[in-house]
Amino acid sequence: MRKALGLAAFAAVLACGGANAQQVNVKIGVLSDMSSLYADIGGPGSVAAAKLAIADFTKDHPNVKVEMISGDHQNKPDIGSQIANQWYDVDKVDMIIDVPNSGVALAVSQIANQKNKIFIVSGAAASTLTGEKCNANTVHWTYDTWMLANGTGKAMVKTGGDTWFFLTADYAFGHALETDTAAVVEKNGGKVLGKVRHPLNTNDFSSFLLQAQSSKAKVIGLANAGGDTINSIKQAAEFGIVKGGQSLAGLLVFASDVAALGLPTAQGLVLTETWYWDANDANRAWTKRWHEAGAAAGKFPTMIHAGVYAGITHYLKARLAMGPGEHDGKSVVAKMKSIPTDDPLFGKGEVRADGRVIHPAYLFEVKKPSESKYPGDFYKTRATIPANEAFRPLNEGKCPLVSG
Amino acid sequence: MIEIFGIPSQALFGQLLIGLINGSFYALLSLGLAVIFGMLNIINFSHGAQYMMGAFAAYLILQYSGLGYWPALIIAPIIVGITGIVVERVFLQWLYKLDHLYGLLLTFGLALIFEGVARNYFGSAGLPYTVPESLQGGRNLGFMFLPNYRAWVIVASLAICIGTWFIIERTRLGAYLRAATENPTLVRAFGINVPRMITLTYGFGVALAAFAGVMAAPIYNVSPQMGSELIIVVFAVVVIGGMGSILGAIITGFGLGVVEGLTKVFFPEASNTVIFVIMAIVLLVRPAGLFGRRA
Repeated sequence: MRKALGLAAFAAVLACGGANAQQVNVKIGVLSDMSSLYADIGGPGSVAAAKLAIADFTKDHPNVKVEMISGDHQNKPDIGSQIANQWYDVDKVDMIIDVPNSGVALAVSQIANQKNKIFIVSGAAASTLTGEKCNANTVHWTYDTWMLANGTGKAMVKTGGDTWFFLTADYAFGHALETDTAAVVEKNGGKVLGKVRHPLNTNDFSSFLLQAQSSKAKVIGLANAGGDTINSIKQAAEFGIVKGGQSLAGLLVFASDVAALGLPTAQGLVLTETWYWDANDANRAWTKRWHEAGAAAGKFPTMIHAGVYAGITHYLKARLAMGPGEHDGKSVVAKMKSIPTDDPLFGKGEVRADGRVIHPAYLFEVKKPSESKYPGDFYKTRATIPANEAFRPLNEGKCPLVSG
Repeated sequence: MIEIFGIPSQALFGQLLIGLINGSFYALLSLGLAVIFGMLNIINFSHGAQYMMGAFAAYLILQYSGLGYWPALIIAPIIVGITGIVVERVFLQWLYKLDHLYGLLLTFGLALIFEGVARNYFGSAGLPYTVPESLQGGRNLGFMFLPNYRAWVIVASLAICIGTWFIIERTRLGAYLRAATENPTLVRAFGINVPRMITLTYGFGVALAAFAGVMAAPIYNVSPQMGSELIIVVFAVVVIGGMGSILGAIITGFGLGVVEGLTKVFFPEASNTVIFVIMAIVLLVRPAGLFGRRA
C-alpha cells in the first residue's frame, strides 16, 4: 500500500514538475521608499504599477513567468544596499526597479554592476547615474536632474528670472540638481547669487528662506523633493516671498506634492515632468487600472509610477527576445539598448548607450483653483520639449561607456 | 551695517528671532513630554504621533464640519486628549510599577501603529491646511519680514508654557499632583483620587502635544511622519533640560531653538545634529540635565 502511494506521489510530482522548455523565468524586485517622505511619489504605487506591467505582458506572452517582490529602503543607502545584496545573491532577483532617492540609487547601481545583474532606475534623479557613475548594468528611466534643470531652469531664465538662490537638500540628489540647474542658468546669461544646503527631511525652512530673501535673487530654486519641497513652498507663502517679488522654481515637483499643498498655495508653480495622468485618454485609463491594482484611492500616479510600468515592460520585451535560460545583466541591458522603446505611457523612445532613456518632456504650470474642474486636475501644459532636446547630449555626460 | 562673523547684523537678528520662534515650538512640545515624565515617570514615545494626530484632527475637523483653525485649537486637543486617557486606562496603568522601559516600548509601539494607520488612509505626501485668514500676512520689522502667524506662535507658546508651569508649581492642584507622584499611598490616605489625577495628567500632556500639532498644521506639512521627525529632537530637549523639570524643558526649548537657528546661518548642513552634540556634552558634564532634580 505504502509503495503504491509513494509511486503515485512520485508520478504526480513528475507530471507537474516538468517546466515548459520555452518558458522564460524572471524575478523582479521593486525597491522603494514605502514609509517615508517619498512613499507617495514611489512606494506602494510603484508596486501597483509593477503588477499592471507584469499582468499586461504575461497576458500577451503566457510563456513568460514573472515573480515580483518589494522592499523598503527607508531612504538609507546602507539599508538599500543590504536589501539589494540580499535580493541579488540570496533571493535570485534578476532586476531591481524604482529606488527613489539618488543616494540609494547610486549605491544599488554599483552593486548591480559588481554582481552583473540589472538595475532600472525610475525614482531617482541624479544625472550622474548616466554620467560619471554610469555602468553597463544600469538603465535610467523617467527623468533626471539635467532634464529638470533644462526644462524648468531654462524656462525661468528665459522669462526674466536671471538671478538665482538655491535651497538644496544636502545629499547626492540635491547637489546634482543644484549643479545642473546652475549650469543652465549661467549658460543662458543668468547668475547664481548664493546657496544654502539643508539636511534631508527638514521641517522648518524659515531660516533658509530668510537667507534667500536677503540675497534679493529673482528666483529661489528649490533643489529638493517630497516633504522638503512641500514645506519650502508652504513656508515661502507664509513669508510673503512671492508677494515680495521673488519667484519660486520648484525644480522637482510631483502631482502628489501639488495635492498636499492644495491649489491655493501651489498655483502658478512651473515644473517639468515626463508624464501626467490627465494628459490624454490612455493615461486616464491607465490611472483607473492603477487604482484597481491596489494603489490608494484618492491618490494620483506620478511619472515615477509610469516609469516603473514602462521599464518593466521594456525589460520583459528584451528578456523574451533573448529566449529562455540564464542571461547575465550586461547582455540583457545591451538588448534593451538595441530595441527601441514603445509603450502606451511614454510613447516611442530609446535607451542610449549611457543607459539614459529618451522620451519627450513637458513644461507644466499648476492651475488656479478656479481652473480646476475635478480632483487631480492640476496642470496645464505650457510647452513640449522633444525627446532629443529634453535630456543631456550623449557626449556631455562624461560617461566612461561612451567615451571609452 | 555692522558685520558679526561675516553676517550682517540685520540678518543675524532675523535669524535669532526665527530661532526663538522655533524654540517656542520645541518648548511647547517638550512641555507635554516633561509633564508626563516628571509627573508619571512614563517615557511617552508616542508624543510625536499624538502631535501628528492633533494636526490630522484639525484637518479632519475642517473637512467634515467646516470649522476652521480657531475652533480646532480647542476641539482637537480635547479629542486627542481623550484618546490619551483611553490609552492610559487601557494600557499604561499596568506599567507604573515596572521598569521605565516597558512604558517606552508600549508608547513606541503605539506611535508606530498610529503612524501606520494614518499613512494607510492618507498617504505620506501630506494634506493641505492653510494659515487662517486673520493671521495671514505679516509686517516688515526692518531687519526681516515677520509673518503674523509666527508672532502668534511665540505668544501662544509662551502663554501655555507659563500657564502650565504656574499650575504645576504654584497652585494647590499642582501640589497635589507633585505629592501624588512622590508618595501615592500617603496622598491617597488624604482622600485624593490619585489614579484619576494621573489619568487626567497624561491626558493633559497628550492634549499639549495635540495643541502643538494644530499650531503646526498651517506652516508645516501635515503628514504621518511629521511627528517622528520632531520627536527625537524634542527628547533631546527634554534630556538636556532635565527629565523631571518643567522649567528646564521650557528654557531649554527656547535656548536650543536659538542655537539651531544660529547653526542654520553659519553651518546649515549640521543644523539637525547640533542639538545632539549639545545633548552629548551636557550628559557628560551634568548627567541629570541642566535643571534636573535627580542626580
